[in-house]
Amino acid sequence: MTRRGKGEGREGAPPLRVRLALRDLDGVTLLALPAVLFVAALFVYPFLYGFVLSFEPKTGDWLANYRKFFSDPFLYDTIGATLWLAVPATLINVLLSVPVAMRVRRMQRRRILTTILVVPITLGTVLIAEGLLNYLGPQGWFNRSLALLGLGPVRLVHNYTGVMLSLVMSGFPFTFLLTLSYVTGIDPSLEQAASTLGAKARARFRHIVLPLLAQGLAINLCLSFVQTFSVFPSAVLLGAPAGATRVISIAAYQAAYEQYDYSMASAVAMIMGFVQLAVVILILSGRALLYRGAAGGGKG
Amino acid sequence: MAIAARDFRELKLDGMSRSFGNLNALKGVTLNVRRGEFIALLGPSGCGKSTALNCLAGLLTLSGGSIWLDATRIDRLKPEERGFGMVFQNYALFPHMSVRRNIGFGLSMQGRAKPDIEKKIKEALSIVRLGDQGEKLPGQLSGGQQQRVAIARAIVIEPPLVLMDEPLSNLDAKLRLEMRSEIRRIHDLIGSATIYVTHDQEEALSLADRIVVMRDGVVRQVGTPEELYARPAHADVAEFMGYRNLVRSHASKSGNMLNVRIGGTDMPGTPVGTASEGNAVAAIRPDDLKASPDGPLSVTVESAQYHGRDFYCSGRTGDGIELYFCSERRVAKGDSINLTVDPSCVLVYAEDVP
Repeated sequence: MTRRGKGEGREGAPPLRVRLALRDLDGVTLLALPAVLFVAALFVYPFLYGFVLSFEPKTGDWLANYRKFFSDPFLYDTIGATLWLAVPATLINVLLSVPVAMRVRRMQRRRILTTILVVPITLGTVLIAEGLLNYLGPQGWFNRSLALLGLGPVRLVHNYTGVMLSLVMSGFPFTFLLTLSYVTGIDPSLEQAASTLGAKARARFRHIVLPLLAQGLAINLCLSFVQTFSVFPSAVLLGAPAGATRVISIAAYQAAYEQYDYSMASAVAMIMGFVQLAVVILILSGRALLYRGAAGGGKG
Repeated sequence: MAIAARDFRELKLDGMSRSFGNLNALKGVTLNVRRGEFIALLGPSGCGKSTALNCLAGLLTLSGGSIWLDATRIDRLKPEERGFGMVFQNYALFPHMSVRRNIGFGLSMQGRAKPDIEKKIKEALSIVRLGDQGEKLPGQLSGGQQQRVAIARAIVIEPPLVLMDEPLSNLDAKLRLEMRSEIRRIHDLIGSATIYVTHDQEEALSLADRIVVMRDGVVRQVGTPEELYARPAHADVAEFMGYRNLVRSHASKSGNMLNVRIGGTDMPGTPVGTASEGNAVAAIRPDDLKASPDGPLSVTVESAQYHGRDFYCSGRTGDGIELYFCSERRVAKGDSINLTVDPSCVLVYAEDVP
């Protein structure tokens, strides 16, 4: 009689090990464990902790924080102010990235340009803010040059414009790189085929490139939106944190570190998360209407 | 309403050339193509045949020369202004459009009326025998079906010229044979001129009215399949047309013929072109070199492969020349065998092989 393996099941049924392997679960699956622990400890747990905390206000019943947020315009207006920054910035970044990526795709020295465009990512928001403050400020080069031309000073920082500029500068490289990878994923022979069939550049873009790019642009919109919606440093440094650019993360910050009301801050963070989730779901549900599949023309 | 190619008399390539940086991919190709002709551009990879096709399609601009369709110069037109049909090696079907929309794309770009387009699509689908597959996406079709869609899409715009870039290279052997006759049938049906790029001499021989053999960006020979098969003009063309035995040797005159020294024996051969006494290259097809007990050439067998009817063998002569030959009988490695060949099957060229 042969020795039976530990995991061997009932007579006739394949052993457990085989059944697991059929579902792609084997020893290698354990390698995912550190990442799972990491996500659980640094994302899932804090999120759930904050979620529960937001229902335990300092005073009042369990919904008091949310009631307070939605009854005080100083708080609930931050949603609108943030959307008013995040939506245009996202659209500008994503829409601008398409023509640039289309052009860069054909360039010989793509790496140089890509490097130049990516530099703002490595600089970080604070350095960009410092630079913009100096350059565009009342005594900066830009306004001094305008003065030489006899034009009055324009106010470009400590307001909406300043934050928007910073969001575009720091956000564009991200959207550009993502769009570039989607654009280069489209088989160039598809456009060649379209041109031999009589499609001019505009028609090729509309009928071939855009439909194949739409999936990628939807993902790009989501990522870019989530990134800009949580804007904080540039809204404080370059904007008017008490006025037009009082974004939702400032409200959360003030609740946590000025009023020491962690429960309220958690509630604001939760509201922020749900707004982001709502927008992402909206974008992704629109995506369901689009073609999803390979952007190549041939087999495989 | 049938699909028929737009009328023209002649397509003329006049010194068409193209370079990439320092590389001259195409060095002045001159060729006239008549309506209804099937031309195969044949050559090894890197010979410039695909470059030539892309230049014709307008996907590459010329660095010299010109292209004429009757009296119109077309080499400065963009691809979308030329109206040629092109079948790509990877088919280049639009993955997000149904078969029907793929085929109708060119027609809708021409701004044709809907019912007109529908009619033509139906016609094209029946020509390529895909009548019931119109609503599928390209990804749901097999390789052979995708190929048919690509052909339908190219011919439905009724182009004067259809360009095909190694269209069968992604198919398996059986499908390749099937599609080969399909391509010729469709060509005859619509009456366009077809320019067909391939590196497969068998494909070129069986499909084309005329074959253009290219090498290093230069046209080496233009001729009918029969001409090229029987009498290649150069040794390198011969090699490409299946003359697998190319023996560099010494030739001496003997009447109208040239004797070439192979394996210590003087073999009578037929001179081609400028071949004369002195250094020469003899070209012999393996299937013309036959095992025969009283043959003048003796070799030692090195390998033998059974190819169904014959054994396809290689052997070495006493002075170390490798020869490929055919044998009807089974031979084994190490056997000593005598070979014979008809003098008309030994082509002797002046030594100009690079």
